[in-house]
Amino acid sequence: MTVGVDLGQPQTQEVRADEDVVRVRQLVRAVAVAVKLSLVDQTKLVTAASELARNTLVYGGGGTVDVMTADNGRRRGVRIVFADSGPGIADLDLALTDGYTTGGGLGLGLSGARRLVDEFEIDTAAGQGTRITVTKWSR
Amino acid sequence: MERVPILKIGSILLVSIQVDMSDQTAVQLQEDLAERIVATGAHGVLIDITALDIVDSFVGRMLSTIASISKVLDAETVVVGMRPAVAITLVELGLSLNGIRTALNVERGMELIAAARDDDQDLDEDEDDAGPDGGPATETTASR
Repeated sequence: MTVGVDLGQPQTQEVRADEDVVRVRQLVRAVAVAVKLSLVDQTKLVTAASELARNTLVYGGGGTVDVMTADNGRRRGVRIVFADSGPGIADLDLALTDGYTTGGGLGLGLSGARRLVDEFEIDTAAGQGTRITVTKWSR
Repeated sequence: MERVPILKIGSILLVSIQVDMSDQTAVQLQEDLAERIVATGAHGVLIDITALDIVDSFVGRMLSTIASISKVLDAETVVVGMRPAVAITLVELGLSLNGIRTALNVERGMELIAAARDDDQDLDEDEDDAGPDGGPATETTASR
């Protein structure tokens, strides 16, 4: 899993079960290493991916994670898209508050993941599923 | 599902997490440890996370829960070997690892457990009549 990542195109990992969250972490790690993120940035990105992939599974009822490289002309990075067609998030501000949870967790998944990446976009509405895109750039 | 092995060294249980744990594996470890503490009468739990390249909120919560469970079962928990990048990430994530004692390595962790034990024994000295196996010696103020 750590060798032979095809950086040319997005890698997709289905998230249907617990073990898939582990696979997402391994895939993100492999791409982050290939793009030469620093060790701390790799760690932050993989941790954020772990939180968001778990959300996809637990709250979204499963979905897909796409991992790809990004290039803004100056820097390379890793972009990850988490998509599910679950119930969506009705109150986004509330969901992004530290400590808020509907699932019995610590309520740090969304808010914490946002702090760990450089760019964080969320597209969701009640009944419409959730799509989160995060990017981490090399320094 | 993979299972994390628990080793007994003297009166300490040593857990060295060597795999990228699924959430289920983490929950299983929590239950296995509680059972082993009671079965062995261990007074310390040392969790070595040297091999973990991330600790997310789920694993962080598991570590806190293990510490709380151990405390109720009269055992001290020390987490050792956290990587610097993991520590930086944990803080930024907002995880405080409540109630968890940490040490840099296994050796220091063992010293910490031994020291905690000595403190407890000093406080307990007058109440040793409680009986060797007569249930948990209730201790309301001693440990910290």
